[in-house]
Amino acid sequence: MRSHARPWWQRALLTREMLTVAILVVAWVVASATVRGFDGPLTITYLVLDIAPVLLVALPMTLIVATGEIDLSVASVVGLSSVTFGLLYQAGLGLWAALAASVLLGAVCGAVNGALVAYAGLPSLAVTIGSLALYRGLAVGLLGTTAVTGFPDSWTDGATANLSESPWPVVTLGLLALAAVFAVLLHATPFGRNVLDIGRSSEAARFSGVDVRRTLLILFVLSGAVSALAGVYYTLRYGSARGDNATGLELQVVAAVLLGGVSIFGGRGALHGVVAGVLLIGVLGSALRLEGVTVNVINIVIGTALVVSVVAPRIAGGVRVRRRASTSPRDGSAVAQRS
Amino acid sequence: MPNAAPMLRLEGVAKSFGPVAALRSGTLVVRPGSIHALVGENGAGKSTLVKIVGGVHRRDAGVVELDGTPVDFGGPAEAKAAGVAVIHQEPASFPDLTVTENIYLGREPLRRFRRIDRRAMRDGARELFRSLGVDLDPDRPAEGLSIADQQIVEIAKAISLDARVLVMDEPTAALSAVEVRRLFTVARGLRDAGRAVVFISHRLDEVADLCDTVTVMRDGAHVSTDAVADVTPDELVRRMVGRDVAELYPKVPSTPGEVALRVEGLESTGTFHDVSFEVRAGEIVGLAGLVGAGRSEIARAVFGVDRYDAGRVVVGGRVLTPGDPAAAIAAGLALVPEDRRLQGLVVESSVARNVSSVALRRRRAVLLPGAEAELARDWAGRLAVKAGALDADATTMSGGNQQKVVLAKWLATHPKVLIVDEPTRGIDVGTKAEVHRLLSGLAAQGLAVLMISSELSEVLGMADRVLVVREGRIVAELDRAAATPEAVMRAATPGASAVAEGGAA
Repeated sequence: MRSHARPWWQRALLTREMLTVAILVVAWVVASATVRGFDGPLTITYLVLDIAPVLLVALPMTLIVATGEIDLSVASVVGLSSVTFGLLYQAGLGLWAALAASVLLGAVCGAVNGALVAYAGLPSLAVTIGSLALYRGLAVGLLGTTAVTGFPDSWTDGATANLSESPWPVVTLGLLALAAVFAVLLHATPFGRNVLDIGRSSEAARFSGVDVRRTLLILFVLSGAVSALAGVYYTLRYGSARGDNATGLELQVVAAVLLGGVSIFGGRGALHGVVAGVLLIGVLGSALRLEGVTVNVINIVIGTALVVSVVAPRIAGGVRVRRRASTSPRDGSAVAQRS
Repeated sequence: MPNAAPMLRLEGVAKSFGPVAALRSGTLVVRPGSIHALVGENGAGKSTLVKIVGGVHRRDAGVVELDGTPVDFGGPAEAKAAGVAVIHQEPASFPDLTVTENIYLGREPLRRFRRIDRRAMRDGARELFRSLGVDLDPDRPAEGLSIADQQIVEIAKAISLDARVLVMDEPTAALSAVEVRRLFTVARGLRDAGRAVVFISHRLDEVADLCDTVTVMRDGAHVSTDAVADVTPDELVRRMVGRDVAELYPKVPSTPGEVALRVEGLESTGTFHDVSFEVRAGEIVGLAGLVGAGRSEIARAVFGVDRYDAGRVVVGGRVLTPGDPAAAIAAGLALVPEDRRLQGLVVESSVARNVSSVALRRRRAVLLPGAEAELARDWAGRLAVKAGALDADATTMSGGNQQKVVLAKWLATHPKVLIVDEPTRGIDVGTKAEVHRLLSGLAAQGLAVLMISSELSEVLGMADRVLVVREGRIVAELDRAAATPEAVMRAATPGASAVAEGGAA
């Protein structure tokens, strides 16, 4: 009720997303001051190269979580696409054709998930945890423990090259462009409005003529296709197509999306928050690596951040409610604002 | 016992939320052994008053006394412990627990070693239901209980807590006639046992039937308290709205034009059968019948949110794809659904987004900032939705304003055919008349309106023609002159002799 009482810039600053941005800035400043080598020129380069697959996959994931669903099979699609890209190249297919075929396969993987969730009405958590195992199994089954290498230098260098003299890799441009596309899709199109409405009340969305099932199917197809694109990038970045590529990536993606302020219950979320969430996870990861912390410990940190990002709004909500309840009878001013 | 000392006494109670005064001066004196009606338009302050009595809100000023002792409840638990229980319109229960477990939740009787004494619980529940004179299985799970049964469980729980004051907040809004009768029997039993009952309702016939005393509220303040026998319903309405309701059903005569909606042989196994009818431009057709007769199901199938097994729906000459609401909307059909909070509005979404959600999203590929607010401001203005509330979460508004938002959302699509399902359920008298005036005016401008309502006077007051649905079939078609309450009820009631006047095509 009071939201219109605050000026717009205050409202913009007080959002959940801006909290993530603020934490990101603090983390960056602290890391620059305390971690040896963090403020070096290579940090930005490696940060962007490392988070690129996470950011790519997080874009469609944001929309899926905003509908109240989830796609846990993304990392397996990344792996499967890496393997098919490698095998098709090995079989003599052109790289562009191999890329297109891999992305198409990713879309099919997503369509299978989407059909089971949207049309068979199964819970996405169960469906995609199953396809997580299925797609990973296919990836490892196709290549075994071997790897396809020997991609042309022009492609592998392109995946890691910098924009002229700057520390920013060329892929930054692609990431920005795709992030902008998804931001527009979620925040400025009827499709994006429908996505949020489905997350809030899918029944009401249906009564407004929204084809809820088709919307979900489209989102899962997008998720599969973009994950496959991330798989091709991953292959070129490390010059190696392997069945176990990007194992466990879904943890970072889901953590970034939730840290970015998207509600796990659906209906709430903004893309700039998710970009900040991805960067935050990237900064934590590279700072800890520079400190010589093992991957295992980094996973513990990311896992903790994920749990905190889900629990914290609950606790904050609880505190607000309690404060409101204990307002003295003569003080009506502490009516909490809905966030 | 009209002269007994008051059991509950509120005087000059006030409550503000920020700058908004929800309650300016609430006064309510309820005596034991009495059923006290509390009536007023939505926004009159009844709910706020109830929340203060029930410990949900704390008052800013005024006196609240229970049995002559001043009280100030810090929370619902304190109110319950003091003997005040609020029975909500749609009580929340735990679906996986049994009825008995729901009643004793959190205070189960214990045997040695802190084991739950299930037998004592079940016997207690059975005894409670017996004293209420209702037949409810204490061992069945709460899941699937009707709203009426859930209310009974809440009442049983309240009595087991020895509540002396029971506040029923619009309990009958979603009940069938039989269920209302049972609830009234229970309420009278509570009265005869010396408890005090506060009964909130929009239906003045129920007030006349059940209550002995009636308090009217308007604009957050007490207006009057009288013995029910001393005031006429018309007088109560006048006090509630603060002005004369010259005509509650302003029917504008109109000349029916082309057929706008034609339904042919619509069939859904087990739900409705061979449903055929037409609605012409400029015509209001009422769909009457008992709750559960299949009226809403027919509307949902016509609009496309439900599928059907046979038949077809034609809007403006176009045959609609079954099960495709988007196609129906494109053809010019609009449905204001039965449950506005669940089906009509998106929760946590602003008035602007709700109003623009169908019309704007069908027209634009990209939604620029401000476009939604612009469209919503226009329609909110035309329908007199509470001003300055475009940013507010639509589902937190009063029932009347919510319904205006849903209507605005559909009128913004410029429909040819408007189906309204229970358009004024749970809406205050003033807004109700506004909705009626609006529908009547729209029909006069050439909109075809199909109106489902369980309120007979509304159907008869508004409709040019009445179709009566009984057990999934259209059993009678009555024109305005022939549609008397008796004729409609006779056709609607199974077992009564049907007087199908020409049936439907």
